[in-house]
Amino acid sequence: MVLIYAESPNGQLKKAALEAVTYGKHVADMLGVECAAITLGNNVTDAGSLGKYGAARVFNVNSSNLNDLDSQVTAAVLANAAKNLNASVIVLSHTSTGKSIAGRLAVRLDAGLVSGVNALPESNGDTLLVKKSVFSGKAIATYAINSPVKVLSLMGNALRPEATGAPVSVETLDIAIPAGKVRVKETKTIDGRVPLPEAEVVVSAGRGMKDPSNWGIVEELAEALDATTACSRPVADSNWRPHHEHVGQTGIAIRPNLYIAIGISGAIQHLAGVNNSKVIVVINKDTEAPFFKAADYGVVGDLFDVVPRLTEAVRKFKAST
Amino acid sequence: MKFLVCISQTPDTTAKISFNADGTAFNPAGVQFIMNPYDEWYALVRACELKEALGGTVVAINVGPATNETTIRKALAIGADEAVRIDAEPHSSAYVASQIGAYAKAENFDLIFLGKETIDYNGSEVGSMLAEHLDLPFISYASKLELNGNMATVEREIEGGVQVLEVELPAVVSAAKGMAEQRIPNMRGIMMARSKPLKVVQPVESTDHAGVTRFELPPAKAGVKLVDPEQMDELVRLLHEEAKVI
Ligand SMILES: Cc1cc2nc3c(=O)[nH]c(=O)nc-3n(C[C@H](O)[C@H](O)[C@H](O)COP(=O)(O)OP(=O)(O)OC[C@H]3O[C@@H](n4cnc5c(N)ncnc54)[C@H](O)[C@@H]3O)c2cc1C
Repeated sequence: MVLIYAESPNGQLKKAALEAVTYGKHVADMLGVECAAITLGNNVTDAGSLGKYGAARVFNVNSSNLNDLDSQVTAAVLANAAKNLNASVIVLSHTSTGKSIAGRLAVRLDAGLVSGVNALPESNGDTLLVKKSVFSGKAIATYAINSPVKVLSLMGNALRPEATGAPVSVETLDIAIPAGKVRVKETKTIDGRVPLPEAEVVVSAGRGMKDPSNWGIVEELAEALDATTACSRPVADSNWRPHHEHVGQTGIAIRPNLYIAIGISGAIQHLAGVNNSKVIVVINKDTEAPFFKAADYGVVGDLFDVVPRLTEAVRKFKAST
Repeated sequence: MKFLVCISQTPDTTAKISFNADGTAFNPAGVQFIMNPYDEWYALVRACELKEALGGTVVAINVGPATNETTIRKALAIGADEAVRIDAEPHSSAYVASQIGAYAKAENFDLIFLGKETIDYNGSEVGSMLAEHLDLPFISYASKLELNGNMATVEREIEGGVQVLEVELPAVVSAAKGMAEQRIPNMRGIMMARSKPLKVVQPVESTDHAGVTRFELPPAKAGVKLVDPEQMDELVRLLHEEAKVI
């Protein structure tokens, strides 16, 4: 069996969970085994809908003690579930939660782990071969996993969720839940747009903006594209924008389908966080800006003219479709 | 308080990455190696700050060959009191975690720090594995950590927000931006580092279940397609029809 842990913080299935189930279904089909998903907590809404993404069975461990996602507790429960269900491959999402659990689960199950995979594996006898991006996006490595039980964590946006099946009914799994040592005191969420690591379209701006009061044109473009905003490090360091927007080596790494870089030079430390984006558009007045070398589309021009014009064009396009 | 900081040695961020002819191994020729930035700036510096405020010792640990000792001495120059090198090639995260786990088991550290990930294999795996080997709580991507007796209050980055957590020590914490500010070692630190203890420990037996069989460079970009700044309708058309991203 391929068992996918479908994350549901606050009871809501994450987009990453739908991606993981879609991925797990492909792996299960390749191996000719059953695809099942598992959710944790007493507040999960609509877990059965994971059937649409390919899970033939959906399990839930129903306890409020799992809502806080203490990795020590979660990993113990998932490891027991994997053992009880005889799972040979466990798929997690490469998220803040998944990253905390993946290593623990691998140790508990004596399993080989490859985290942050971004392509479907190939199987070669009992070995799985799977690729991931390494050296901060500068290379790709193929890993071989040889253990009978294997753990994979899937990079966000690595594939699109495919809802081709039908919902299934949820089975409750009875698993003892050990006491946790971590207590969540508070969760502060940022309102508004899709969280940056999950965003498919990102509009990002740098020091070329000159002043924080100029960000209106970036916000408008993001609004028109239904995109999430990001920024370069000096912009966050000068508090022109909130720190959670900072992408790059020191900030967060993202891989949206579309990354639009406005007035960002494209330093290697910036690229380290965005070079896995599927399509990169660079708007910069300097033809020599290094970012153009990493871009798919480039516009050489003054951002203060180009960005409002692009927003206009996007609005026109959206209105016509 | 006894702090352990796991440090890894990685190629410098700006290094050109290449591999041997058949793509089976990383080519270190001409590459400058550094302490993994997150280990250095965030994990090590925060451990040193806490020790300076509360007393105790900071031990830096690295799994690697003798050539890593320059990096280890840097950790001592920044403020670690002692260092341990486990004398083995760090060929996988599982291997590194089991080596550090075996060492730490007997030492009763109160708080174990690592960086959020390494900039070479980008796995974010060692902390979680190590915590499991030691059966300790683990908090990843911590951006703030304060100690109050035996309790740590930790802020951590999650998708689209921040969580505030409380954990009883001992615990394992991986550190991200916000945890501390980079420290440049001063002359005195560098001098003192020379005489601080650096213990070499032999590795324990451990089996690997996963490893890299092949490296390749990402497919080269086709080259940038320039669009006239007056023609933003054309850019939108390309993004829709050609790139299919909007
Ligand atoms: C260890 C280390 C880690 C780092 N980590 C990160 C990181 O995580 N993320 C990150 O972003 N950086 C990081 N940096 C910094 C990085 O090296 C660059 O300094 C930074 O990315 C530059 O930001 P920028 O592109 O916004 O600004 P600049 O380099 O100043 O570029 C501004 C760009 O705007 C263009 N411009 C100006 N005016 C206009 C206009 N009117 N119209 C159009 N274009 C215009 C300019 O031509 C220029 O290319 C790191 C650096 C170090 C040393």
